[in-house]
Amino acid sequence: MGAFLRPSRFAVTIGDRMAMIVRVRAPCPPQRDPSDDKTNSSLLEDLAMRDDPTRPIGRFRFMNSQSVNLDGFATPAPELGLVAFQGPGDPVPSIKVADGRVIEMDGRGEDEFDAIDAFVARYCIDIAIAAQAMAIDSLEFARRLVNPEIPREELVRLAAGMTPAKLAEVLSLLNAAELVMAMTKLRARRTPSNQAHVTNRSDDPLLLAADAATAAAFGFREIETTVPVLADAPSNAVAVTIGAAVASPGMLVQCSVEEATELDLGMRGLVSYAETVSLYGTEQIFVDGDDTPWSKAFLTSAYASRGIKMRVTSGGGAEALMGGAERCSMFYLESRCVALARAIGAQGVQNGGIDSAAVAGSVPGGVRSLMAENVMVMLRNLEACTGNDALMSESDVRRTSRTHPIFIAGSDFICSGFGSIQRYDNMFGPSQWNSEDIDDFLAMQRDWGVDGGLKTAPEPEVAALRARATEAVCAVYRWLGLGDFTPRWAAQAVDAAGSKDVDAADLMLPMNASRTIMDTGITMLDVIAALAENGFDVEAERCLDMLKARVVGDYLQTAAIFDEEMNVLSLVTDPNRYSGPGTGYRPPDWRQGEIDNIRQQMSVADLRAEQFGHRSSKIRVAGSAEAVHDPRDVVVGVSPATGRDIWQTLSGLPVTDVIDELLAGLEEEGCIGRVVRFNRSIDLGMIGLGAARLSGSGIGIGLQAKGTALIHRRDLVTLANLELYSVAPTISRDHYRLMGINAGRHAKGMTPEPVRNPYSDEAIEARYHTRVVSLVAIERSCCADLEPESLEIER
Amino acid sequence: MTKGYSGKSVDEIGVDAIRRGEVSPEDVRIHPETLERQARVAEAHGNPQLALNFRRAAELTHLPEADIMRLYESLRPHRSTAGELRDIAEELRTKGAHLNAALFTEAADIYERRGLLRK
Repeated sequence: MGAFLRPSRFAVTIGDRMAMIVRVRAPCPPQRDPSDDKTNSSLLEDLAMRDDPTRPIGRFRFMNSQSVNLDGFATPAPELGLVAFQGPGDPVPSIKVADGRVIEMDGRGEDEFDAIDAFVARYCIDIAIAAQAMAIDSLEFARRLVNPEIPREELVRLAAGMTPAKLAEVLSLLNAAELVMAMTKLRARRTPSNQAHVTNRSDDPLLLAADAATAAAFGFREIETTVPVLADAPSNAVAVTIGAAVASPGMLVQCSVEEATELDLGMRGLVSYAETVSLYGTEQIFVDGDDTPWSKAFLTSAYASRGIKMRVTSGGGAEALMGGAERCSMFYLESRCVALARAIGAQGVQNGGIDSAAVAGSVPGGVRSLMAENVMVMLRNLEACTGNDALMSESDVRRTSRTHPIFIAGSDFICSGFGSIQRYDNMFGPSQWNSEDIDDFLAMQRDWGVDGGLKTAPEPEVAALRARATEAVCAVYRWLGLGDFTPRWAAQAVDAAGSKDVDAADLMLPMNASRTIMDTGITMLDVIAALAENGFDVEAERCLDMLKARVVGDYLQTAAIFDEEMNVLSLVTDPNRYSGPGTGYRPPDWRQGEIDNIRQQMSVADLRAEQFGHRSSKIRVAGSAEAVHDPRDVVVGVSPATGRDIWQTLSGLPVTDVIDELLAGLEEEGCIGRVVRFNRSIDLGMIGLGAARLSGSGIGIGLQAKGTALIHRRDLVTLANLELYSVAPTISRDHYRLMGINAGRHAKGMTPEPVRNPYSDEAIEARYHTRVVSLVAIERSCCADLEPESLEIER
Repeated sequence: MTKGYSGKSVDEIGVDAIRRGEVSPEDVRIHPETLERQARVAEAHGNPQLALNFRRAAELTHLPEADIMRLYESLRPHRSTAGELRDIAEELRTKGAHLNAALFTEAADIYERRGLLRK
């Protein structure tokens, strides 16, 4: 995320205009003249006579109230740059090379080049290949991008000779599925990864450290922090770096602040990469951002001169948001940014809208253009940190849809900021994915067998890491004279889900600590010494390893991360060579295990153990079950596992209580219930019919131990019962009582009103089907070729 | 073996030495030769621009951080006159920073044409 360099002054001043353009259009009431349609005239008159005729009908009131309708949807306004592809100002691709330099690019002669054109023409375009590359038909080249037979290196080589307009044209030709293929094939690093935001409202160092450790435990390999109070930045950098080191070696840490401070923090070794270096697609907006391509190129080299990894930030929609799109499409302007990123020598780009993702998302095809931006970065042979950063929709469906193709294709960093903390604590603003979504994301990985960079972290492990992270920060801050924390504060930070749970935090501490860091020139060497002096030897080694990595410089190469053994994975050491099914990245077995084994999964053995915990001595076998002739007799037939291996129904009731209610209901109607276990079948119809045939009244109740129940009569066929409770998880005690009562009434020859199944709009099947499979398996294992047996229930 | 800017091998640097105060920031700073080596790797992997960046960076390793910040500031829009940018280019050339000097020379020309000089 590059919040700092997306100057908020623009967002504010232009924001009102944007709001006017993209506000939700209130649905209009139907405008009609009753004389138009005589056949429906009386209906229309009725409608017109509603209390408020301008009020939409209920169906639309209901639809309007859905969260997606909080999102802004814009009618494309190409003149304002509010269009995804093919703006009126987008040039036709062209190139002319003479005397070893580009003299015309995308319809402009070199005399007309603005600063961006000039830098791209001079540094980005490979003039040796330009004529050949530009001559390739765009559709033909687009097809090569998805053709697994053509190696990535070949495409990257040709793309180096293509102009911004040419690549914009090529990539606009890929549809959504083709973008997935192209991303799978074109990303630089074979192994996908992910980045987390770790911030909080109070810049609380203990909470930052605990949350950084937590993010690392969940598998994130990069952590980006920032500040609500700029002066707190050094303290945040130290706290996050320590917290990350507690959980894992090789964690990359960034503190996103204005350029000079960010560079200074990097030079002191307090952070290990930078990302807040924004590029824009028009000269005017670029200069409004207080930089030029030349100053950015210099800054890029400044980072490298101190061995600090750096990527730039861009993203479609930024120029339109700032009112300076110059009649160009978002995608074309982004193509200029990506060309410039390559030209200045940055190893990577975070794009895909970023702070302006919602602007792109407001126009037709805008979400597709965001993914096409990422693919363009990959085609320019750069690291792609693929957005999915600022929240672009209020709708869970839309935001998932926006991320999903990238998630399944895999990128160098799926999110350029997964909000690993609470939404309210995210000082970049809420992310596309937030802490409440971590389990969703893990489940999605498991569903698709996809490596989205995250892994399950067991609660005891995270609790221990959070405790150690806070202890380490307490010790280092005390040692370096940065501040003292109370035990209550530390305890709250360990337990906290967010900063609202830490009322013991002292808001002045981070500011004072930061001032001391800056004034006394504290560097990572001092932090390492403080860690070691206080017994945090492992963390001291890990922080030192990150310093040494900057001396070695291998992580300056494209798309570099460290794995948990401090190996550099990059374009150089872990290149993506996807060439069709069976190639490219396939999670190794250990990693597939991490993806598959989420903490919520249950086995049949787990369920057996759970049922065993509910066992009761209230059910005993009384002997064989005989048919009787008493017309008041009603048999409650139960399934084979009842009282053997299953003791609790899906609605959480003890099965003995269910039987109790059924018997009580029968007694209310003057009937005599008795309980018989049928051992040969788990089929509820068979059990119920068997019960009816044994009973003197000819009426039987069938009950599976999981709680499904029915009323049967001896002269019916198996599948035709009298009443059925099919949705076991929703059946309450009262329902079973009513079923007993109705069975009694049937026994007396009456026709009672059937009890309706309780209805629920919950995802009952999602919640219970895995349990049903296990419970049915247990029932099946209890089946035996034994006669029905009479059971005694202690009541 | 990789050496830091000071010339000391990174393998010699341990936590105990840091505790004893025997490690300076120059020991854990990248050496220009290392950046040159990384530039060759980048070239071999289809990114001559990244290589050029590493070579500009190699030149900047010799400059103190305050100087780097000052140079960056001077390249931002409307901060410098063309003459000032050309003077800096000359200063950089005398320090052997030819690639960075080229950035300043080019900027002087382009900024003039695009109205990005100090007014």
